[in-house]
Amino acid sequence: MRIFDPHIHMTSRTTDDYKAMHAAGVRALVEPAFWLGQPRTHPASFTDYFDSLLGWEPYRAAQFGIRHYCTIGLNPKEANDPRCLPVLDLLPRYLAKDGVVAVGEIGYDTVTDAEELAFARQLELAVEHGLPALVHTPHRDKAGGTRRSLDVVRASGIDPALVVLDHLNEITVGEVADSGCWMGFSIYPDTKMTAERMVAVLKRFGTERVLVNSAADWGHSDPLLTRATADAMLAAGFDEDDVDRVLWRNPVSFYGQSGRLDLDGYNETQAAGLFAGNSVARGGS
Amino acid sequence: MTAPTLTQAPEAVHGALTVRTLRECLLSVLSPDQRNRFVRDTAAVAELGAAALDTRFPAAGRYYGRGPLPGWAGWSVEDGIRTGLLLRLPAQGDDLAAEAAARYRGGDAAERRGVLRALPFLPVGAAGLTLTDDALRTNDTRLISAALGPYARAHLDQYRWRQAVLKCLFTGIPLHRVAGLHERRDAELARMAEGFAAERRAAGRTVPADLWLVATQEAADVTADRAPYDA
Repeated sequence: MRIFDPHIHMTSRTTDDYKAMHAAGVRALVEPAFWLGQPRTHPASFTDYFDSLLGWEPYRAAQFGIRHYCTIGLNPKEANDPRCLPVLDLLPRYLAKDGVVAVGEIGYDTVTDAEELAFARQLELAVEHGLPALVHTPHRDKAGGTRRSLDVVRASGIDPALVVLDHLNEITVGEVADSGCWMGFSIYPDTKMTAERMVAVLKRFGTERVLVNSAADWGHSDPLLTRATADAMLAAGFDEDDVDRVLWRNPVSFYGQSGRLDLDGYNETQAAGLFAGNSVARGGS
Repeated sequence: MTAPTLTQAPEAVHGALTVRTLRECLLSVLSPDQRNRFVRDTAAVAELGAAALDTRFPAAGRYYGRGPLPGWAGWSVEDGIRTGLLLRLPAQGDDLAAEAAARYRGGDAAERRGVLRALPFLPVGAAGLTLTDDALRTNDTRLISAALGPYARAHLDQYRWRQAVLKCLFTGIPLHRVAGLHERRDAELARMAEGFAAERRAAGRTVPADLWLVATQEAADVTADRAPYDA
């Protein structure tokens, strides 16, 4: 089984996670730029973070046989701090990079004017750079925030096929399905969505335009819940092709619209070679 | 009347012949469309300067490929393209060094490797050492390898060069990738390598076979004859 996790924050995860993910079938992932738990107060903190998403983290992932891509953006939480707004002017430089396959995470957190300004501006940047956009939907007042996010997406003029609204649930999925945007689901141990609930959503809405991710980060989360969802799908009667579509071909189709996914040039042998000869895998000495 | 102040222009490590060889090797692996694109891209850089690099420099791998560059051990096609782009910048000396540094700082890992590969081609004297120092501080073997090419061979002082070679042993980079290994190895490096081997043996771990390229009696002997890098 091959798995592409379309949303996971590996910066917060350990080498044990990388090993376990590879063993579970994960061969590629996208790490969206988001907040780090501790709010940042300087634009330069963001550039160091973005550089890490384009430098050290893909290198670390490669040691474990996993291809790492990222999305770049100013997240909605920190868009509320005027000290972080200059980050918006730094984004074009990053959106030109090969490892960047979308603008994101953008969207709403508390649904403020500042968030909306950054959201709309970054959708413009996505259009200018021909990139998909990853939209985080808020956890509080999710239904209202999701509806308003769709309004901002429509107003921007971006092709809905280039947009995914993430962290959806049973309440918000219908409206997004009708919009033509992609539907993202984050499978969490207790909260956002569980593997069993996900299977029920797939039975109701089908497997097209659906992305399933672990969204694992520095909080209580689990990078193996993509695999758990695949297993739950098989147990519920979906076949291997359905699983491959949801957990590999769908994310490849969505992020492939950037023209920057290069999964052909990357194979098991190369990954094994890197793993064997490297300092991270060996503990740095 | 005062005599004019003569300052020597900084030189590149490589001469015109090596530049031409690189260009020919590069052209030989590009498709006709890519060759045309390369001509257009380098002309734009020559005319517009650094601004023309903003979109072209990061996208070199996407448009020209990331495969190996024949005849250039460890180089990829995109490294050759980025070197070609930097060579056409209409800037000299400190300005050229500053532009190379800006591309390094603003670059992802592949762009940084490209700048490191380009350094021996650029007439910047020792001004690129801040970049090789930065690369040698990382644990990214792609950057460490690229930093230990002909530029480091010519400019990196002996103390830092020895540390860098030892770092190769630590991070599993084959020592044959280090430019000038046989000229620059010395008794002090042999001692450090022996120490490394002793630690490994004490821990019951394997010792990289190529360690013996630097931990040799001959290495100790040649030091007496030559020490031009010690400042």
